[in-house]
Amino acid sequence: MKPFTRLNGLVCPLDRANVDTDAIIPKQFLKSIKRSGFGPYLFDEWRYTNYGEPGMDCTNRPKNAGFVLNQARYQGASVLIARDNFGCGSSREHAPWAIEDYGFRVLIAPSFADIFFNNSYKNGLLPIVAPAETVDRLFKECEATEGYALDVDLEAQTVTTPTGFSFGFDITPHRKHCLLNGLDDIGLTLAHADEIRDFETRHKAAQPWLFSA
Amino acid sequence: MARTLYDKLWDSHVVRQEEDGTCLLYIDRHLVHEVTSPQAFEGLRLAGRRAWRSNSVVAVPDHNTPTNHWDRGIEDPISKTQVETLDANIKEFGSLIYFPFKHANQGIIHVIAPENGATLPGMTVVCGDSHTATHGAFGALAHGIGTSEVEHVLATQTLVQKKSKAMLVKVEGTLGVGVTAKDVALAIIGKIGTAGGTGYCIEFAGPVIRALSMEGRMTVCNLAIEAGARAGIIGVDDTTVAYLQGRTHAPQGAQWEAAVEYWKTLHSDEGATFDAVVELQAADIEPQVTWGTSPEQVLAVGGRVPNPANETDPVRRASYERALQYMGLTADMPITDIAIDKVFIGSCTNSRIEDMRAAAAVAKGRKVSPSVKLALVVPGSGIVKRQAEAEGLDKIFIEAGFEWREPGCSMCLAMNADRLSPGERCASTSNRNFEGRQGPGGRTHLVSPAMAAAAAIAGHFVDIRSVAN
Ligand code: SF4
Repeated sequence: MKPFTRLNGLVCPLDRANVDTDAIIPKQFLKSIKRSGFGPYLFDEWRYTNYGEPGMDCTNRPKNAGFVLNQARYQGASVLIARDNFGCGSSREHAPWAIEDYGFRVLIAPSFADIFFNNSYKNGLLPIVAPAETVDRLFKECEATEGYALDVDLEAQTVTTPTGFSFGFDITPHRKHCLLNGLDDIGLTLAHADEIRDFETRHKAAQPWLFSA
Repeated sequence: MARTLYDKLWDSHVVRQEEDGTCLLYIDRHLVHEVTSPQAFEGLRLAGRRAWRSNSVVAVPDHNTPTNHWDRGIEDPISKTQVETLDANIKEFGSLIYFPFKHANQGIIHVIAPENGATLPGMTVVCGDSHTATHGAFGALAHGIGTSEVEHVLATQTLVQKKSKAMLVKVEGTLGVGVTAKDVALAIIGKIGTAGGTGYCIEFAGPVIRALSMEGRMTVCNLAIEAGARAGIIGVDDTTVAYLQGRTHAPQGAQWEAAVEYWKTLHSDEGATFDAVVELQAADIEPQVTWGTSPEQVLAVGGRVPNPANETDPVRRASYERALQYMGLTADMPITDIAIDKVFIGSCTNSRIEDMRAAAAVAKGRKVSPSVKLALVVPGSGIVKRQAEAEGLDKIFIEAGFEWREPGCSMCLAMNADRLSPGERCASTSNRNFEGRQGPGGRTHLVSPAMAAAAAIAGHFVDIRSVAN
């Protein structure tokens, strides 16, 4: 996993609530057995006017000019802002894979769906929950200012706008540690393998039926 | 101290706890399907890791498998590769149960685990699939996880988790005729919204839930995720125990006795406190139909499509406008005026034997409307299919003009050949009415199996209570 420390990134505004993971990466792309290469298909049905198929070369596909990702001013964005309940629906981790592969590192919304929120951290993305009024302010400022970029500092847990307005955000120490250092959870957990084995022995004694083949 | 069912399930699985409350939770049952697992197995292989406890794994390919012409195999080469990858991974890493494509007991993962007794009360159950919430019907803590977590569970038998808050959803009274578990679940989502349960584990309780069969309870818990909750749970009672007795992987003999004794403690204690409590009255719940592109955009069948002009919240107004446009509906039109092109009866929400019976009872002696292009019935598993056929339900469906298919996820998410064409409208017993869910440009209305069958016959939505049985 790529570590995340600090980023000054161009913002792309996706002004919708309840953006679901089917919209983030449509199901036909879930047939892949790989973990990478989903970026070109991010928001496929909104981004292109023809039907996307896995493995398709997207360079010459007809684009939906009205969709934010296709607008010149948002090219190269690494911060995505959206409305409530971002990432709802299916648990597919292909959604954060596609977002990350496209080039986003930070997501800011008033709320995120739980599984998506969790999956994001596992892939070097930083999802930030901000009050609805703050998100609204970001949308307005972004709309009004070409080249609108945010400074996101994970160590300090702050987001700062170009005019100097700053707000803090919450993150659990565990997630922060993993993200700052690009650590994979499995290695960390296996450091406690003995505790897991001890637990398993007690658990098996109490409920042997859970372990029968 | 009085504890909630969630507290009990949580506490009994904590391996260790960090200062910030992050826990390492032991996982008893790991359900696996072909779509969200290949990258996880690949990760294990690359790191040279083995599965920690392969007999916790129950696996089946379900999303990509075709529901007809099984003799031709899987025709889409990419789907075929994904299914074959699961075969190879299970062979290499092991499992307790694996039903490969065409196995007599193959089916949707959330249908086969319970019916084979592989979901038991008191378990922690995970799957790389959001509808894992289904298994909470058994008094198990069950939730969907991402692929990185699938890999984590395979490698360590644990999950890094923070405890959610607890919500109690109580449904009081007695359901009216024609009102089902699906309607209860949709009414709950309509009330609390698709984000209403975010950050919570929802316990469903009250006389209505108690009176539901295990099939009905699974439908309710299945939809907890559509209310934003990662898990939905229901306390154990005699219905739970009766369902499990004699199932293949349920405990036997002396272990059965000990298990039942323990399972009977799996309910919230008298006086346990919840972070949020929501109450619904059964008398207020009518057969439900979703009109929009989010499960919270739902109405009683007697209602009218909402008018965005009446919405004061600008974000909500915009999403209503967008939903109406996508769905091709006009504001204020009666739900019963909405004509449909296709019908899908199936999915992990509604493909169990009881759902098949409810739909067949409506279809019996009637004909699918000539305006309906396709009416599909897809049983949830081989076991459901055989049971339905033993009861003659397949003949009822076929005579009425429905297609009777092989088990699988099918048109719930349209990863196989079963899908809507752009603009087509479907009465569906599945769980998501998102844009493009059942095929690009397709329009989905979520309903109960009986309502779907009635819509197939009428060619438009009808109040099931007006259809004489
Ligand atoms: S039936 Fe639908 S919701 Fe259920 S597991 Fe299959 S695709 Fe997912």
